[in-house]
Amino acid sequence: MAKTTATRGRELDRAGLSDEQLVAMLRNMLLQRQLDNRGFQLNRQGKIPFALGSEGHEAVQAGAATAFRRGADVLVPYYRDLGLALGVGMTPFEILSSLFARVTDRSGGRQFPNHYTNHDLGVLSISSIIAGHCTHAVGVAAAFKYRGETGRAVIVSNGEGATSQGEWHESVNFAAVHCLPIVFLVQNNEWAISTPQDMQMKVANVADKAPGYGIPGAVCDGFSPIAAYKAVHEALERARGGSGPTIVEAKCYRFLSHSTDDDDRTYRSRDVIEERRKLDPVPRFEQVLIEAGVIDEARAKALKADVLRETNEATDAAEAQPYPTAESLYTNVVAADYRPWQEFQQ
Amino acid sequence: MMAATAQQQQTATTVMTNVEAVRTTLHDALARDDRVLIMGEDVGARGNVFLITKGFLEEFGPQRVVDTPLAEASIVGVAIGMAMEGLRPIAEIQFADFIYPAFNQIVGEAAKTRYRSNGDYTCPLVIRTPYGGGVRGALSHSVSIEALFYHVPGLTILAPSTPADVKGLLNAAIECPDPVLFLEHKKTYRSVKGEVPGGYYTIPIGKADVKKAGTQVSVVSYGYNLHQALDAANRLEGEGVSVEVIDLRSIRPMDKTTILDSVRKTRKLLIVHEDNKFGGIGAEISAMVAEEALFELDAPIRRLAGPDVPAMGYAHPLEEEFMISTDEMAEAMKALAKY
Repeated sequence: MAKTTATRGRELDRAGLSDEQLVAMLRNMLLQRQLDNRGFQLNRQGKIPFALGSEGHEAVQAGAATAFRRGADVLVPYYRDLGLALGVGMTPFEILSSLFARVTDRSGGRQFPNHYTNHDLGVLSISSIIAGHCTHAVGVAAAFKYRGETGRAVIVSNGEGATSQGEWHESVNFAAVHCLPIVFLVQNNEWAISTPQDMQMKVANVADKAPGYGIPGAVCDGFSPIAAYKAVHEALERARGGSGPTIVEAKCYRFLSHSTDDDDRTYRSRDVIEERRKLDPVPRFEQVLIEAGVIDEARAKALKADVLRETNEATDAAEAQPYPTAESLYTNVVAADYRPWQEFQQ
Repeated sequence: MMAATAQQQQTATTVMTNVEAVRTTLHDALARDDRVLIMGEDVGARGNVFLITKGFLEEFGPQRVVDTPLAEASIVGVAIGMAMEGLRPIAEIQFADFIYPAFNQIVGEAAKTRYRSNGDYTCPLVIRTPYGGGVRGALSHSVSIEALFYHVPGLTILAPSTPADVKGLLNAAIECPDPVLFLEHKKTYRSVKGEVPGGYYTIPIGKADVKKAGTQVSVVSYGYNLHQALDAANRLEGEGVSVEVIDLRSIRPMDKTTILDSVRKTRKLLIVHEDNKFGGIGAEISAMVAEEALFELDAPIRRLAGPDVPAMGYAHPLEEEFMISTDEMAEAMKALAKY
């Protein structure tokens, strides 16, 4: 039933997505790639202490974000979710303000890069404690159900390593028992820093764990934004309709080191990465859209130029911002009007 | 907002135990505020292991009285998410001893939510838990946990000792815009009775209460020990020793003013708590008084606290040895008065 605009080349299973949405997904992926590069560049230039890349996760995140319903759904991301953050409405300026730890960062320069917060957009604040955020996501979903807000759902995201944590298990189990509107999106990039998937679990797929919780699990191609959109969209619709949680596992790959502080040559070979790079989802999706006639070469080139311009402008604008003041260290420990603490605790 | 009715009801006080005070306060909170819900192990059909929430499930339904899976980290973690999304959850940890699996959620998440998001998200959450020994609870149904959480900025810790304080401080905890750890001493649940004003009221967080005035020694305590300290002080009154007993009530934020005012008057300080001594609440109070009023003291600060062993044993002599007796308190008070 999917419409295609195949003016030339092969037909595209577009999962009901319009040309505009498909191009937006590609743009999101190109922007992710550009911002990731920028983070690593700024780190190597000595301008920022730390950066984390999502290279290899562009497709799953662009797809999942397209399924997210702005103004209704809530995103509880993990620290490798640049594309999801951009896809639900965060701007490159916000991302770069965080990288530069400037006053314009929503956390006031407190949080490590990639630990977003944006209450207005429904992006929950997270810590770095792996899978701790999954329980909070379940709480948000429980609040939706509590208030009878059907049509709202939560996407909580993490890597495959997080599924070893007790809190991931507790979260899935709680959500299953209480039939909560939530999608557990697992971006399986095969590596948790240096620990491969087979040292995390005995099963081939994280989604294989779903029957143990009495809920559905789905595996999708995390290198295809359309496949990821489809899987996450179906799971979200299920959740919004009151049928409970789903585990969606997107198979992707981590092309970069864990972070700028990690050297992955100590635990995996270049050859394997180069092999996997051949399937790089960013140029691949660009090619898919060109072959399906959704865009042409010139449009693709213009998109790339546009995200580079946007990234450059955001970099300059964020870098020009001041740091938070030293005095700001002391604010927001508790509410400003929580007088007992303020009066008795100097 | 409810001043008129509250005032009328204030006149009618009721005598009740600590456990009844917890129960009625929770009940009224559920009735008063749609955002409030209770969640924990066995709080529904069972009505909590101490029967605190008995009948709540029938009255308020399973959405507001939630039996959770047996997993403490997610009891607190899910409650955090609810609080971040605008509800006012009251999470119960069945026994304080079982709170360790939720340590990260309390310390790493709840207490840092407002701070790490710079106020973008907040966490108005109450975590209630029964603590303390003297009830033959052995190693894992007797512990005091306050010192483990005391170090954490952003986390309020309350430990009221009387029914009136339980009600006022539990209401204050539910109103509090930030996370509160609310500690209920099990041995006082049914052994302590007192008058409780009717109607809605709060007691300010961060305010200690002078439960008995005196002139020669200041005693700071809380929980079950507070009642023993009062017994000891009243007994010594007949022997001509005048002891002032301060109920800390609010572990953190600490009421420096009330403690210092008392110490400046009596010039002697005894701190009594069941939790073990090393790195305990008494250590911080001692340090605070030493920093602020060292040269106004006439005797070294004295701490009576649980011994530095991992826990009290099941066998009666082991429990007895761990708990501080009223006689020991009286001896310490007398010795300080004489010093």
